[in-house]
Amino acid sequence: MAQTVFVEAINEAIKEEMRRDENVFIMGEDIRRAVYGATADLLDEFGGKRVLDTPLSENGFFGAAVGASLVGMRPIVETLTSFMWVGMDQLISQAAKMRYMFGGQATLPVVYRATMFYGGGSAAHHSDRSYPMFMNMPGIKVVVPSNPADMKGLLKAAVRDDDPTIVFEDGTLFGMRGEIPENDTLAQGELVVPFGEAKVVREGTDCTIVGIGGSVNHAAAVADQLAGEGISVEVIDPRTLVPLDKQAILNSVEKTGRLVVADPAHKVCSAASEIASIVAEEGFWSLQAPIQKVASEQVHIPYTPSLEKHVYPNVEKIADAVRRTLD
Amino acid sequence: MEVHSAGEFTGAAHPYIGEEAVAVGACAALEDTDYIAGNHRSHGHPIAKGGRVDKAMAELYGRVDGYCKGKGGSMHLADFSVGILGESGILGSSVPVAVGAALAAHIKGEEFVSLVFFGDGASNQGALHESMNLASVWKLPVIFVCENNQYAVTTSYDDTVAVEHVSDRASAYNMPGLLVDGQDAIAMYEATAEAVRRARAGEGPTLIEGLTYRYEEHSLGLGRVRRGEYREQSEIDEWRKRDPLDILENAIISQGIATREECDAINAETQEEVEKATEFARNSPFPEESELFEDMWANPIPFP
Repeated sequence: MAQTVFVEAINEAIKEEMRRDENVFIMGEDIRRAVYGATADLLDEFGGKRVLDTPLSENGFFGAAVGASLVGMRPIVETLTSFMWVGMDQLISQAAKMRYMFGGQATLPVVYRATMFYGGGSAAHHSDRSYPMFMNMPGIKVVVPSNPADMKGLLKAAVRDDDPTIVFEDGTLFGMRGEIPENDTLAQGELVVPFGEAKVVREGTDCTIVGIGGSVNHAAAVADQLAGEGISVEVIDPRTLVPLDKQAILNSVEKTGRLVVADPAHKVCSAASEIASIVAEEGFWSLQAPIQKVASEQVHIPYTPSLEKHVYPNVEKIADAVRRTLD
Repeated sequence: MEVHSAGEFTGAAHPYIGEEAVAVGACAALEDTDYIAGNHRSHGHPIAKGGRVDKAMAELYGRVDGYCKGKGGSMHLADFSVGILGESGILGSSVPVAVGAALAAHIKGEEFVSLVFFGDGASNQGALHESMNLASVWKLPVIFVCENNQYAVTTSYDDTVAVEHVSDRASAYNMPGLLVDGQDAIAMYEATAEAVRRARAGEGPTLIEGLTYRYEEHSLGLGRVRRGEYREQSEIDEWRKRDPLDILENAIISQGIATREECDAINAETQEEVEKATEFARNSPFPEESELFEDMWANPIPFP
């Protein structure tokens, strides 16, 4: 199997989907020159009509993607989470609500690729991890891949899905290397990861860690580290938050009796909060210790590295949380 | 209005009376394969585009036979089968959507065009300005139709718009801006037909401003709650003298297209159609509780 960098996995997925279906096109800011790397070489292969550099007008082009999807296109929009605030009306009032509001007449196969660049001194306006907000709003599927193979397979699934989807790409993983199976080695000839199927990243018996996005890798490192202390940790990656594979989480907690949720989003009303509440409501009798949430502190992202490093979940914080469940 | 004040259906409803010529004239210049999008005051637009009156009425009544099975209501009429991409209660919000339909035509090299209705109030929304710029840069086949009825709820045009006419704003986006008598359906048709020709020829978007007037309150019942007046009765009376239905009727009679008797017959037929539509709506059932969870997803997922 080939070792592929996360950002190349995005590029592979886009290319394969644009080759497969001429209704797929992509637009965003500075994508022809691939300033973030994910759209490299698209202009050469697919031409200017299907690879559109937009003005700085998120409301305009987020909405144009909605309109194009209504009449048979399958748009991919590249943006950053922090720029999504500018186009929220189109995401919420139109993309999320249209199908229901119009009694099922509208079909919106539109994908927003929203990159989360955090942890690298980008400061408060460029470090958002906003997926929990979209879990709260019905009508949008929410995807948070944690490795190159899932990134590729989930993005391809998103393009094929007939509902509006936001793929939150964790920028801390952009340089991550991982194995992606070659298409000719796969039974179906390509890698498509279905929504709503969590992945067991590590098997264990003492405590479950559910990790989101970049926190999955931290959780796996914690599992490896604590194995040395005789603690067996199971790591679950939900991969998609809407739909959420809650049964996989409940099954794991039934086995381990303990739950830590590691989530790079702000801790109030986070993905971690929702997962904790599901387990409290439906898996309470499996629990042998209080659920632990390890999420970002409820402050804005400070620029200076001396402060920013304290905001997010990390290996140390997650390992401490696991130990607390075993006290 | 009659059945709303009698309490036959609830919720906000925004009368279009007095502005009919804009929708009728503009939609007459479109083909069935073209698209429109509208706003909260879009009762007239779907009918002008060829939608069914009875389904529109059933939607106002919140019944299963409505366009949207009762889930959209007065502000969200949509009939995708005749190219109506829906109405938005957030003003200016449907403009980028219409631009997106035009973008699809552009990418695929197809001939259809897209037309969006918005008001003088929404002409101040950033979404409109972003959309006009985008459409002009990409030369998209879209027609922006401003129904300038002079007031955003109670706030007058002069208090909120920095230019004399909304159509003046076209120059900022390098597209033609046409100021049209919005009480005259034929004038609206002619302006739109030229915009459609331009759009299909790949010459890009056009902004059309139809100067018109809303006879009634912004929404039904608002007169009972608002404090103070915002316009003179004499102003309403003046506009009523130039009623779009009278203007169209007089024009087609004086040009020998139809006789007075034929016009009377059409009016009687229309009245009957509306009465039948009201009966259709009254007789249609409300949706069952199980319908609450339908239509959320194209590829359904479990509800949390």
